[in-house]
Order: sequence, then C-alpha cells, then structure tokens
Amino acid sequence: MCLGVPMKVLTINGDDIIAEIDGVRKEASLALLEEKVAVGDYVIVHAGFAISRLNEEYALETLRLMREVFSPEDMQ
Amino acid sequence: MNYQDDFRDSRLVAIMAENIAGMAAQLPGPVSFMEVCGTHTMSIYQYGIRSLLPDNVRLISGPGCPVCVTPIGYVDKAVACASDSNNIVATFGDMLRVPGSRSSLMEARAQGADVRVVYSPLDAVALAKAHLDRRVVFLGVGFETTAPAIAASILDAARQGLSNYCVLASHKTVPLPMELLSCDPELGLSGYLCPAHVSTVIGGNAYRKLADTFGVPCVVTGFEPADVMQGIEMLLAQVLAGKSLVEIQYNRAVSWEGNAKAQRILDLVFEPCDAVWRGLGLLPGSGLAIRPELSAFDAEKVLTIVAGEEVENSACRCGEVLKGKLAPFDCPLFATACTPESPVGACMVSSEGTCAAAYKYGR
Repeated sequence: MCLGVPMKVLTINGDDIIAEIDGVRKEASLALLEEKVAVGDYVIVHAGFAISRLNEEYALETLRLMREVFSPEDMQ
Repeated sequence: MNYQDDFRDSRLVAIMAENIAGMAAQLPGPVSFMEVCGTHTMSIYQYGIRSLLPDNVRLISGPGCPVCVTPIGYVDKAVACASDSNNIVATFGDMLRVPGSRSSLMEARAQGADVRVVYSPLDAVALAKAHLDRRVVFLGVGFETTAPAIAASILDAARQGLSNYCVLASHKTVPLPMELLSCDPELGLSGYLCPAHVSTVIGGNAYRKLADTFGVPCVVTGFEPADVMQGIEMLLAQVLAGKSLVEIQYNRAVSWEGNAKAQRILDLVFEPCDAVWRGLGLLPGSGLAIRPELSAFDAEKVLTIVAGEEVENSACRCGEVLKGKLAPFDCPLFATACTPESPVGACMVSSEGTCAAAYKYGR
C-alpha cells in the first residue's frame, strides 16, 4: 500500500496527469505537489497522487559520489 | 530511467559491501540498525542485503507496514461497516485478508458484503458519486505518505457536495514510535534507516529530535540496493565518528522541508490524536483524526459502528515482530500455520509485512 512508484509524466491537464512505467500507464493527480512538473519529468506516484518530483541531477550526483567513495583504489 | 538501473549495479553494491566490512571491523561491538518502512523491508529481503553485511552489523525490521500496525479492532469496525447493506466499503487491496476477531473483509465479501478494492481514494469518491443512494466508507489507513491522498479525497468530496462519502480513519505518524523504540534497551538501536516516501512528505527535519535529543543517527534512505547499502555506510560512519545527525541519502526525492502542499492539506483535514498500534499499544499523539469541522466525512461520527469484542489469536506474535524483537523465522507459526495464502497475523498479509517479505524472499 505504501509503495510509491517512479513514473514518467506523459500528459498534463490541470492537476490530472497520465504517467507511465514499464509500458503501464496510469492516471494520477498533481493536487498534492507544489513543485512545477513538466511533461517528461519523473514523479513518485503513490495511491493515485504524485507526492514528489524526482530530481535527476541529485540522482546522478549521488551515483557519482558513490562511485568515488567506493572505488576499489580507495580501499587499499 | 537509466540511473534507476545504475542504483542496482551489482558491481557497485559489491564494492560497497567490502567498504562496509572494512568500517565494521573498526566497531568496538555489534550494531543494530532499524528500517522503519515496509518497502525497505521488502527491498532488504529481495536483494539479499543482509547476506552482504558482516555479522556485527544487524538490520532489524520495525513497525513500517501500515496494514501490520493497524489494530484488530479496526478490522472489526471495517467488517461491521461492510455488513450493513447500505454501505460500500472501499479499500486498498492489502486490507482485504487481514484477519479480524471473527472475519476478514474478504470473508465478509464472500458472504455478500459489498467490499471494493480501489487504487486511489479518488476512485472511492467517484464510487460515491455513482451510487448516491448508498454510502461509501473508505478505509483510511497508512502513514504520512497515504494520509494526504485521503485528505485530498475528503476535500474533493466536500467540493462536490457528496454527503455519502466518509472515511474510517486510522492514520498514524511515523516519528513518534521511532522515539519510543530508540529508548528500548533490549533493542539497543544504533541508528535508523528512515522511511523514504514518508519523508518525501514530512522532510528530513522531522527526525531532528531523534538525532538531537535521543542521540540516534538517522539516514533517510532510498529503496534501491545501492541506496540501502549507502544508507548503512552513512550510519556506520556516524557511529564510528560518535555522531548522531540526520542525513538524507535519498535526496533525489526528499528535501529537508518535505512537501509543503501535502503537509497543508494534511493539516486542513486531520488533527493529532492518540492511536493504538498493533504491537506497540496506545501512543499518545501518534494518530491523525478527521477535524470536527469535517465530521460529516468521518465514519466514526456519521455511522453507528457496533464491532463486538476484540479477540486476538494468542499464538500470533506479530506484536513482537513489529517491535523488532522477534525475527519471522523464530515465530513458531511462520511458514507452517501462517502463510501468505492463509495468514494468522497482519505481518504475513501485506506484501510490505516483515513476515511476508521473509516468506517470499528470505527462505
């Protein structure tokens, strides 16, 4: 029930969006989200509502830091 | 999304495991970290995270599954609502098979009750609009992730002037039981992997008291294997440095302030109340009740619910599992009398339940 799923926003009509993951399309509402969302953005959809926009920049930065911190050379 | 796959990069995770082992070797004694989110529990079992950790770093599953912490009396009330043919009970699917004192909702449905599974609370409002001659009772369970969606459904019903929609509310808030468990000497927790999606709503700042006053390191962590491993690494780094801070590992979705609009809608509809948690008992101020000005949408106010006496199965040890004091495998009912097909307790029902995750992935 608490499962939130990252989905790509395909269409926006007011607060109503259609979003997709792995070829599955679902309707969802933007009524709980303050951040601006554009077509092509990723949002976490939970119980029919987008609750957070996924920030790709932060995601890539986290991965970069992980790889840096955990590089085998550093662990000698 | 490409980077989603990168967080499952097994080579990266293997290197992280080696790094964690190196850090753990410097620990003076064993540490226990608790995850307080059903999706973390699922992820930890699914990806075999425990098998990647050294023996002195333990992961304990806490009360992170909303269905599991819902007390049996609530299921009894839901069944009582369903037994009135004037009502349609609408619910998320995982409430269906939770055993009540005498019946589950699924058994009530087999006997003719109108119980419907919906994906969004807005679907329940649509159901009310389509059946103006009957009352739709939505089962409002869940933490701060779910409560705003249900708050929005009440505001939507009010806007549409629907007088036949109501919510049987049993929402709970996450930080309070974490404070309680952090003081339990038997558990001896050294840190929390804080829930990811609850935190998208409440924000990282909500755990400040845990870190500052209770001295427990907190890391808001994502669900992918590399997220969980990094969350553990960040907790170990705090333990080794003798610090207790709040850190956000899952910063691609969680901010320090959280989702302000969801918080506003939550406050508009709900107010804090005392709540009973399965396994933890009555925790003052840990629940969310519908505000009196919206009592027309409160099932407890608009319906007369006669649920009968609560009868727990005395052999069921879900309460201890939820407190992290018993591992699923150590419960005598696990995988024998209690299975996902025929659950005795709530922890085996929901896919986010510790016992269900252990049954599916852990054996």
